[in-house]
Formats: sequence, C-alpha cells, structure tokens
Amino acid sequence: MSERKRGATRRAVLIGGLAGGLAATIKVVPARATPEQLHAAIRNVVGAAQVRKGRVELIVPPLVENGNAVSLVVAVDSPMTATDYVKSIHVFNEKNPQPNVIGVHLGPRAGKARISTRFRLADTQTVTAIAELSDGTFWSATADLIVTMAACVEGL
Amino acid sequence: MKRFAPSSRWLARAVVAIAVFAMVGPAKSTDIPLDQRRSGYADLGSDTKAMQDDDTINPASLWVLDGEALWSQKAGAANRACADCHGDATASMKGVAAHYPAFSPARNGPIDLEQRINLCRTDHQQALPLAFESRDLLALTVYVGRQSRGMPIAQGKDERLAPYIEAGRKLFTQRIGQIDMSCAQCHDDNWGKHVASSLVPQGHPTGYPIYRLEWQSLGSLQRRLRNCMIGMRAEPYEYGAPENVAMELYLMWRARGLRVETPAVRP
Amino acid sequence: MARPLINVPAKVKRGQVFEIKTLISHIMETGFRFTTTGGRIPRDIVTSFSCRYNGEEIFRADLYPAIAANPFIAFFTVATESGTLEFNWIGDNGFAETASAKITVE
Repeated sequence: MSERKRGATRRAVLIGGLAGGLAATIKVVPARATPEQLHAAIRNVVGAAQVRKGRVELIVPPLVENGNAVSLVVAVDSPMTATDYVKSIHVFNEKNPQPNVIGVHLGPRAGKARISTRFRLADTQTVTAIAELSDGTFWSATADLIVTMAACVEGL
Repeated sequence: MKRFAPSSRWLARAVVAIAVFAMVGPAKSTDIPLDQRRSGYADLGSDTKAMQDDDTINPASLWVLDGEALWSQKAGAANRACADCHGDATASMKGVAAHYPAFSPARNGPIDLEQRINLCRTDHQQALPLAFESRDLLALTVYVGRQSRGMPIAQGKDERLAPYIEAGRKLFTQRIGQIDMSCAQCHDDNWGKHVASSLVPQGHPTGYPIYRLEWQSLGSLQRRLRNCMIGMRAEPYEYGAPENVAMELYLMWRARGLRVETPAVRP
Repeated sequence: MARPLINVPAKVKRGQVFEIKTLISHIMETGFRFTTTGGRIPRDIVTSFSCRYNGEEIFRADLYPAIAANPFIAFFTVATESGTLEFNWIGDNGFAETASAKITVE
C-alpha cells in the first residue's frame, strides 16, 4: 500500500520535474511566414494588378556570412522625372516569421530609385522586391540567398 | 594460435595506449609562420569588407561617436574629462591601442585597454569604474582604438611582459572543455578549413572592439574569448580575470606586425 | 546618448543627384525571440523613417522586424536649393529621434 503511494508520488514528482525541465529548456520555434501570408502581404501592396518581372535589380551578397545583417540594395530602372518615376519599393521575404522587410516611398525628387539597407534572414530563402511606378504598373525581381549558421554556438 | 594470442593482445594494448595518448596528451601545434599570418578581414565577403572600410556605414561608428563625446565629458569627484589630461585624442592616443595589453606598474602585471581606461577613471577622475561590456566602456575603448587604425600591432619589446605572454601561450595550447580541444588545434593547425559552413580563421584580434554581426552589437575581445570557451563547453574566465588578459596579450603578440583595424566588422 | 549618424556631401551642384546615408543605434528587437524559460521578448523596433528637404518630404520608409539592428538606410535625392535636411525615426515604446544636416547647393 505504502509502496504504491510512494510510486505515485515519485511519478508525480517525475512528471512535474520533467515538465519543469522542459519549460526551462524547450525552445519554441517561431512560426515562419506561410506562402499564403507572403502572397497576402504582396496583394496588400499590389491589389489585383499584375506584377511583371523586370526593371528592378535586387543586389544581395551571393553567400550570407551571417543572417543577422545582410546587405540589400534595390535599384529600379526609371528616369525619375515628374511624369515617370518610382512611387514605392517593397521588399518581401519567404521564410522569416513575417513576410515584410521594408516599404519605401519615393517620388520624382529622389533623382535615382536606389535604396540600400541591411536586413535579417532567418533561413535560406528567396527575397522579392516589387516596385510601383507612377503609371500604376508593378515590376519585380527575386533573389535566392543561402544563409548559414555560426559553427560555435556562443550562448552569451 | 596460442603463440599469436599474446602478441595480438600486446598489439591491441599498444594501439589503445597510442590512441589514449593521442586523446589526452598535450595538444602539439606549431606557430603560424609570420609571413603566412592573415587577418580575418581577408576572408570577408565584399559587403562586409565595405561595411568595415566605410565609416559612414560601419555600425561601430555609432559607438566611436559616443566615445568621442565621452572623451570630453567631465566625470567623477575630480570633475575631470579624459581630454583634460590627454588633450586631443587623435594626437595623444595615436598608437596606444596598438601596444595593449601593456605592463602596468600599478598592477604589477599586464592590463588591457579596458582596464587602463578604468584605472584612469578610479585613480585620476575619482569615478567608479565602468562595467565590462557597458556601452560607455565600449565607446571609450573603440574611440581610443580607432586612433591606432592602420598602425602595426606592437608587442614583444617589453621584457616584463615575457612571462605573461608565455602564460597566454599555455592557455592557448591547452585542451579545454567537454569538447576537449585547444585554441591552437583550430586556429594554428586548421585555419582556412571549415567547421560546418564556418571558415576557421587564424584568430588575430586586429580590430577589437569589433562590431560582430552575430552579436548585432559592438563587443570586446574578452567577450569573444569567453564565447570561444563556451563553444568548447568550458567554463569561461570572468571578465577582467588575469587568464583573459594573458590570452589577450598572447594573441596580440601572435598578431604583432599586423595592422590595427579597429573598429572591425566580423560575422 | 547614441545619436544618429548622417552622411551627406557638404556641397553639391544644383540638379546633382546625391546619396544620403543614415545610421541609427537601435536594437530592433524582432518580437520573435524567446528567453530560455519560454517567455517572448516583446517587439521593439523602429517602424518609420522619413526625410524632409527644406520641409518637403523626399523619402519615407516603413521598417519591419526584418531590418537589421542599428538600421542603415541610404537613398538619393536631387539637389534643389541650399537648406536643411531633417531626419525622423519613430518606433515602438514611444521611440522618436531626429537629426538634421545642412546642405549647400551651388
């Protein structure tokens, strides 16, 4: 009788301890953006308009040394005059927890439709840049990037 | 059959003994020949190199600016700024970082640049020392270090430091941690090869404090060394511990002649 | 303490297209990181950046958690007249930072 009780207590302690141990060490992996979220984010910008490939140049390093900071340059072929210019440039990613990277609003005063920044990549994935022109058309370019992890995990 | 049994057993024991010795024996490594040494800069992608070379896009510039401001800020009970004793840092601090860690008569041993700044704070400004890896200490260290950019690292001339360089060498070549490997085994013997997808650098601290993309922040050499030890699943030495300073000193001596790159950018 | 870093050429010719480079100190905490005990670290990012040239907005960017820490943004503008470029960063938790730079157009 007492032995069974001890066993139950031990089991309870084990389960409690295991749960506690799991809570301390479990690493919840954040959800990554689904393809649907990516398409919804793009549709948010583009609406029902067709997106054509071209006129946009996405310049990224061929191999990413560290996903925490990746150089990004987006350049759009446009004369940037008062009647023919780039209204906005939007960059999207495929596998980060969230599909948007940056949304830039330009105008004829920009002179050149070229922006530079540094962004984060959670994993090897495709990056998409979409430009909206003053005539209402949308143009895009994509780039595939390979992201590697540091070999020695630091922890501090 | 009976005749072979003892000899094969002996052979088996000999093989085991050799294997055991190889596993627990001292890690034997040779120094990298001086003309084969290269900074981690050489292995960076062009974007990361550009980030380091261009002050207008180097994130470390934010800390350098802070350091410049702190240099002229009065501090402590003495109400004194660094500038009050040292004047214009671009002149007075030129070449200083290039020969740190240096021998401190006050401490009767080597101290690194962070400790030197804190010595100034406590002894000359009558202020509290700045915490290791605090924004202010990093800012002052990188600002002073920046004044040595482009100059060759100068170590090996001060005889007083010789025993400490030797102590640092011992730390560099001893196996540590659950992984049971020494710094030298990777960074002297296997530099240029890959661990998973990471290139093994020679590990010269030419640009500290560095902006490390992995940290998304500026950080000191001691931070990097502690993280290396954690990578080997070893207990790291505390910030400011003499072992850390000895390792810093040995590494700077090992990198003597290479150019200071502070503030460098590394993955 | 940590002030933004702005880089513009000191002098430009009228009509010249020149680059403006900006850097600001900010952790850009994504909101997707977790502590070892499972607690989520709350998001803390710069959400918007804009630039005005003598009062007129010439550039605006919406930033997301995917922008790297210590955000770097560079863009171009046409030199119209001498004056002041004003920069504005807005973010979570009431973050608001401004900077300005003079530009001489000859």
